[in-house]
Amino acid sequence: MTSELQKEKGWISVRNLNFFYGNQQALFDNTIEIEPKKVTAIIGPSGCGKSTHLRVYNRIFELYRDQRAEGEVLLDGENILAGKQDLIELRKKVGMIFQKPTPFPMSVHDNVAYGLKLHYKLNKSETAGRIETALQQAALWDEVKDKLDKPGTALSGGQQQRLCIARALAVEPEIILMDEPTSAIDPVATAKIEDLIETLKGKYTIVIVTHNMQQAARISQNTAFFFEGHIVEIGKTKELFTRPKKEQTENYITGRFG
Amino acid sequence: MRKRPAKFRKMTNSLVSGLAVFSSLLGLFILGWILYTVLVRGIAAFSWEFFTELPAPPGMEGGGLANAMAGTLVLTLLATVIGVPIGLLGGIYLSEFGQHSKFAEWVRFFNNILMGTPSIIIGVFIYTLLVVPLGHFSAYSGAVALAVMMLPVVARTTEDMLQLVPNALREAALAMGTPRWKTTLNVIFRAAKTGLITGVLLSIARISGETAPLLFTALNSPYWFSNLSEPTANLTVTIFNYAMSPYADWQQMAWGASLLISVGVLSVTLFTRFVLLREKK
Repeated sequence: MTSELQKEKGWISVRNLNFFYGNQQALFDNTIEIEPKKVTAIIGPSGCGKSTHLRVYNRIFELYRDQRAEGEVLLDGENILAGKQDLIELRKKVGMIFQKPTPFPMSVHDNVAYGLKLHYKLNKSETAGRIETALQQAALWDEVKDKLDKPGTALSGGQQQRLCIARALAVEPEIILMDEPTSAIDPVATAKIEDLIETLKGKYTIVIVTHNMQQAARISQNTAFFFEGHIVEIGKTKELFTRPKKEQTENYITGRFG
Repeated sequence: MRKRPAKFRKMTNSLVSGLAVFSSLLGLFILGWILYTVLVRGIAAFSWEFFTELPAPPGMEGGGLANAMAGTLVLTLLATVIGVPIGLLGGIYLSEFGQHSKFAEWVRFFNNILMGTPSIIIGVFIYTLLVVPLGHFSAYSGAVALAVMMLPVVARTTEDMLQLVPNALREAALAMGTPRWKTTLNVIFRAAKTGLITGVLLSIARISGETAPLLFTALNSPYWFSNLSEPTANLTVTIFNYAMSPYADWQQMAWGASLLISVGVLSVTLFTRFVLLREKK
């Protein structure tokens, strides 16, 4: 199976991942294959380690000095947890969308241009083209094309989140991590983002942490169920939601806890 | 159950709030009194000569404090140029890089001590460090003393203001592949801009009224500011000298200089508030 996966870019293979907050272990021997160019949903009750797991994929947890990860996370065959991994290269390949929209304190244009300037040498017209493409991919172009010089923070919550998606798409990542991207925005904006994820499917590997089981069922092809730091069950979303193999999974998706 | 009588509780309440109101009124009253006296006495000293001429020798009529005004501006400017960058970098270190490491905790601790160090001690310190080895009083030793006064204030406010920026923004910038230093300068600094400006302005306001650090370093001079290695006239030391002198016209000059400094500090503070308010809207 692995060899099949390795043909395409953007595959992640996690082996025996353990994670610690200080002395507190939060993830236990997580092993999972993330299929390239597909949407994988991570579900589970609060505090089960979903976000913690996701935050290993771009090593963003290293911002906090008491957090550490052990094990292997292979991205296109290379262990990103190895010391020699270049973080800037890694994070160019692996974009991330957070729970709360995080527009930078600059104009809409500069927000999207931010990563481009960081990773590429482009002239003005190339930059303008890339920005338009990214905003169109994020389904935001029509709403902001006349206010590219307005501050990004002046947009609505849902627009801000799509701006962040555009910002991530502009640098052409292989993988996009989404950490509960719709939990801070209203239902209409949520629907727009779900539609957007639908259009990104097939082009990018998307791993999305969500509290919302309906959302996982609607948008993902594969689902992993986490419980107390362990990966309990991994499977095709349809199967996991209709014929769960483990009792814990069934209890969770039928609403008996969590 | 028996009810507790409300009378006693109500009495305590009005007593405590009465005392609180009284204390704040007392504080305001004293402040108003000082400002009023300085205004009335100081404005009498203002004249064309006061703002344009050099001080007159003792016993002579007229003269002004133009050289001291220029000197104070030069000293404050130079101190800001030295103190602000170091303070900003220190604050960046504490907030973004050192965080809770042992070393950072020590830096933070000593920074707080430096903030509470009496200014006269800083004056004497710079005196032994610069003035004695060089053999003369100078503008730059004065500016260094003032910069040392600014340092802890700028470092502390910088750290506080950067800490107000939510971690989500740091994570977002880092997740784009931004190096740490660029995250701080391009994103975090922008988000904290208003607070940082406020901190710098307040630290300038704080040093512009300092006398003791200058007494041992820049000293004073009856002449125009000529170069940085000469003793330099400044308003605060002038106030110190003139207010203690037996000459009535010198004493009046001291009042005038006091008013000038008060107005200066007040306008910096008001400008700071203005910047803050505008940002909130």
